[in-house]
Amino acid sequence: MNKQFLDARRLLCPMPVIRVQDKIKTMTLGDQLEVVCTDPGVMQDIPAWCRINGHQVLSANNNAGEITINILVGD
Amino acid sequence: MLATKAIMEQGVHVEGINFFTGFCVEGHTHAIRKKDKAKPKRNNSLWVAEQLGIKLHIIDVIEEYKNVLINPQHGYGANLNPCLDCKVFMVQKAQQWIEENDFDFIITGEVIGQRPMSQRKDTMPVIARESGANERLLRPLCAKNLPETLPEKEGWVNREELYDFSGRTRKPQIALAEQFGFTDYAQPAGGCCFLTDKSYSDKLVDLWTARGKKEYELDDVMLLKVGRHLRPKAHFKMIIAREEGENNFLQGYKNVFQTMTTVSHPGPLVLIDGTLSEQDCWLAAQITARYSQGREAEQVEVKMTQQGEEKSFLVTPLSSDEIAKEWHI
Repeated sequence: MNKQFLDARRLLCPMPVIRVQDKIKTMTLGDQLEVVCTDPGVMQDIPAWCRINGHQVLSANNNAGEITINILVGD
Repeated sequence: MLATKAIMEQGVHVEGINFFTGFCVEGHTHAIRKKDKAKPKRNNSLWVAEQLGIKLHIIDVIEEYKNVLINPQHGYGANLNPCLDCKVFMVQKAQQWIEENDFDFIITGEVIGQRPMSQRKDTMPVIARESGANERLLRPLCAKNLPETLPEKEGWVNREELYDFSGRTRKPQIALAEQFGFTDYAQPAGGCCFLTDKSYSDKLVDLWTARGKKEYELDDVMLLKVGRHLRPKAHFKMIIAREEGENNFLQGYKNVFQTMTTVSHPGPLVLIDGTLSEQDCWLAAQITARYSQGREAEQVEVKMTQQGEEKSFLVTPLSSDEIAKEWHI
C-alpha cells in the first residue's frame, strides 16, 4: 500500500476535487491519499466525488478550519 | 440532468464532464462569505452525477479558457459572457475527451430558443460545426427539432423517444423532471457564470484597463468575486473585506499585496493593488478607516504592511460623501 499526501489548502471548490481526481489517476487500487484542505465545501464535494467514482473516504476531520480527508483508492 | 436521464433510459452508458473555467458561481463565494455558510455548499454537477449514478470528470480548463474570454470570435453577450464561443470550446473539449476515452457521442441539455446567444436555431449548428463534433453532438431535449445526428442514424438511440422542446419556457422540462421522479434540481442555466454578471464584468474590464492588457490569473478571477472594490486613483485599487468570511479569505493574499488594517478600532482587511505615493497612502488609510467601526471617530490608527515592513497612519476617516461614487468599481 502506497500512501500519498496532497496539499489543497487555500484552494476553493472544485479545485481540491480536481487535484484529488488528478492525483488518484496516478495511484492504484488499495493506495491511500491524505488531502488537506481549507474550503469547507470539500466536506461534501470530496466524499461525493469518491462515492460516484468508486473510492472510499476513510476519515474526514475538521481541525480549526483545516480539513484532512483520507481516501482509499478503489477501482 | 434530463438529457442524461433520457439517454440512460435508452440503455446507453453515460459519463459526465464538468468544465471548470474559474468563473463558475457555485461553491466559491458560498465558501467565502460567512452569511452564506448556513447554505448547503453542494457542487451541483457532483450532486447530479450522484443522483443519476454516473461517473463525473471535472476538468480544469482555466488556462485554455483565457483565449475564449479574451478573443471571442462571436463576441460577447450583454456583459463579458462569450456564450457561443464558450459552448463551442466546451463541446470541442468534450469531443477531444470522447476520442481519448473511446466514447461514441456527446449529449448536452441544450434547447432551441432557450438562451439568446448559444441556443438559437441558427447558432446550434455553429456549435456542432466549429467544435468538430458535427453529427456526434446530440441534444436529446430538442432533437426532434433538429436534423438527425449520427447516434440516431446508427440506431444507438431511438429518435422517437427523444424530445421536441423549444423556447424559453421551462414547463416541459419541469414536467419531464416529474415524470423521471426528480424532486430537486439545480437552478436553470444563466445564473451560473460570473461573466453574465454586470458588476463582475465591470471589475474585470477595470482590471484589464489598469493593466493595459487583457490578461488574468485564477487569483484575479477569485479576488474579483470578493469584497468591495474601490479605485480612488487610476494607479491603485483597494479590495475591502465586507465581513469576517471575506476577511479570512483575503488573509491568504496578505503576503502578495500591500495591506491596510485599522488598529484602534475593529475593521476590515484591505488589499491594495498598485504603487502608492506617500499622499496615496494617507488617502488609502482614510478610506480604510471609513469602512471600519471607527468611521465616526475623530481619529483612527491604520497600519499598512508591505513586504513585512509596517507603517502607521493616524487619520480622520473620510465621510460617506467623500467616497466618490466613481471610485466604486
